[in-house]
Amino acid sequence: MTATAHRSAALPPSRLRLAEVVRVGLQALATRRLRAALSALGIAIGIASLVSVLGLSESSRSDLIDQIDALGTNLLTVSPGTGFGAGDSSLPGTATGTIGRLPTVEATSAIYAVDAGVYRNDLVPANLTGGISVYATDTELLETLNGSMAHGAFLNEAHRDYPVAVVGAIAAERLGIRDLEVPVRVWLGDRWVNVAGVLDTFALAADLDRAVLIGDRAAEQYYDVDLEPAAIYIRVDRRYLDETRDLLPATIDPENPEEVEVSRPTDLLEAQAAAESSFTALFLGLGAVALLVGAIGIANVMVIGVMERRGEIGLRRAIGATRSHIRRQFLTEALALAATGGIAGTLLGVAATYSYSAVQGWRVIIPPEAIVGGIAAAVVIGVLAGIYPAIRAARMSPTEALRSD
Amino acid sequence: MRAAGGEGSDPPAREEPAPALELRQVSKLYPGTPPVTALDGVSVQIFHGEMVAVVGPSGSGKSTMLHIMGTLDAPTSGAVLIEGVDTSSLDDDALAAIRGRRVGFVFQRFFLLPGTSALDNVANGLLYTGTLRPQRREAAAAALERVGLGARALHRPNELSGGEMQRVALARALVHQPAFILADEPTGNLDSAGSKAIIDLLVSLHDEGRTIIVITHNEEISAAIPRRVQMLDGRLTSVGDERVGTP
Repeated sequence: MTATAHRSAALPPSRLRLAEVVRVGLQALATRRLRAALSALGIAIGIASLVSVLGLSESSRSDLIDQIDALGTNLLTVSPGTGFGAGDSSLPGTATGTIGRLPTVEATSAIYAVDAGVYRNDLVPANLTGGISVYATDTELLETLNGSMAHGAFLNEAHRDYPVAVVGAIAAERLGIRDLEVPVRVWLGDRWVNVAGVLDTFALAADLDRAVLIGDRAAEQYYDVDLEPAAIYIRVDRRYLDETRDLLPATIDPENPEEVEVSRPTDLLEAQAAAESSFTALFLGLGAVALLVGAIGIANVMVIGVMERRGEIGLRRAIGATRSHIRRQFLTEALALAATGGIAGTLLGVAATYSYSAVQGWRVIIPPEAIVGGIAAAVVIGVLAGIYPAIRAARMSPTEALRSD
Repeated sequence: MRAAGGEGSDPPAREEPAPALELRQVSKLYPGTPPVTALDGVSVQIFHGEMVAVVGPSGSGKSTMLHIMGTLDAPTSGAVLIEGVDTSSLDDDALAAIRGRRVGFVFQRFFLLPGTSALDNVANGLLYTGTLRPQRREAAAAALERVGLGARALHRPNELSGGEMQRVALARALVHQPAFILADEPTGNLDSAGSKAIIDLLVSLHDEGRTIIVITHNEEISAAIPRRVQMLDGRLTSVGDERVGTP
């Protein structure tokens, strides 16, 4: 062997620096901008929908959880159950007393149905009650329910003995009461009653929004009141919530415990939160479908690109590219497309979450895993969508590639 | 001795350097019924500094021979030696390295990357050698200067004429200082003025000592080239006079 032959045998292998791999991959996209932008858009839409679904569901859920926390999860409501047999069941009149003796109970309030209608004035026919109920209650109800007043004050010791009413939020609307800047009266049963206050809505006792409340002693004196409570609201020591809940029916009505229904109003809100998360799952599924379509779009564009660029592939092989250089080039292109789409989609999703949450007045929560997951999903998609076209490009024989078209 | 002339320490016992390129009984069969014999026992030696025209009717196997000479394709049987190295024992990556460092290709179609300047297209000739970008561009600028396009370095292919594009492609084939240049119908897509410029350029490159193998139909080219290899039906009907053309 000669000296020149020796030099040939010891040729260093072909190599393409990493920075060049990136440059070569991006360069091809830069020369086909519109096509690149359109195929990245598919991924962007998929990722944006995933990120915004996760962000919005998290934000709305945190809003609900804030609500639940504000209301307190230790409120129990006792009401007459449907029981067995015919007829309505009722709670014993002694219920509030026996409940109060349970050591884990922090506060108790009851409402009693009053047999009277309430009207704007004495000219309204008696049958047009507007769906408003009248209840007698104690002065503790507002505190037990964590409620608040829109206008005026709740019942207190001073007007417990006199016909004074507090009006629920919806009842106030139906009775035409906007505020209490001038004294307001309503026609309750057979007499005029002054309105002391208007309640805010109760998240945990929606029935009371459609009710007018009067003091229990005044009710006994002026109206016909049930002796059995229509509902009892109980605040319980948080640590013994479940135990107390189990004890309540037998404590209230030892003879017919099955006729006592105990519920926890925050369960409803939690169920609502759970329902929303099942919707979230549905939307996530739709987002995943959008992503899949985006991935197919990228694979499609890449396959077409490989066919169109056979000449370029042949030339690159002629100037020293190995199969793996060609593979890496096309894989980089697919990755760059998907990553561009992923980043754009993430930004879009975050923006959508921000603007929708702002409109809804929610606290904006974008789970970091949504952002990381979005971009990671895009990268995985890029690799998956790029593998087949890249392998195809690398397998192409250089002479075939050069002879094409 | 001229080819190894740069290495003064050559042992004096050696009488001949290996040819730049040698085909030994190379055959190429394409499968089919019946199989197509594109090359049939072709043997030829091309020495450093030679300029060779490969002529023959279309379908005579010229392009196949050129692809095999440049290791873009492997022979069915026989051996291809590049600077004395038998390429049949080399794997795909080693062949890519030979193409990237020792062979320069010019094709009828120019295969310039669209949207990329003439300078960067030429610099791509060094892309797979691991040379850093500034050095690639430096070498590319020199090669462009050599083909007379120094002033158009920053033009893109769509801003160049066909003849200019082919000169860019030729610069790309020169930029890595190959052992030989393989040109497949380099004037096939050019008008007469463009063809003339390319022929003159190839001849002057040969005068500088470069080894050039040109496939051509063009009488004007083959007339300008000292050694002619004639092909017919996959066989060489004449290998020309070796070394006649070496300056």
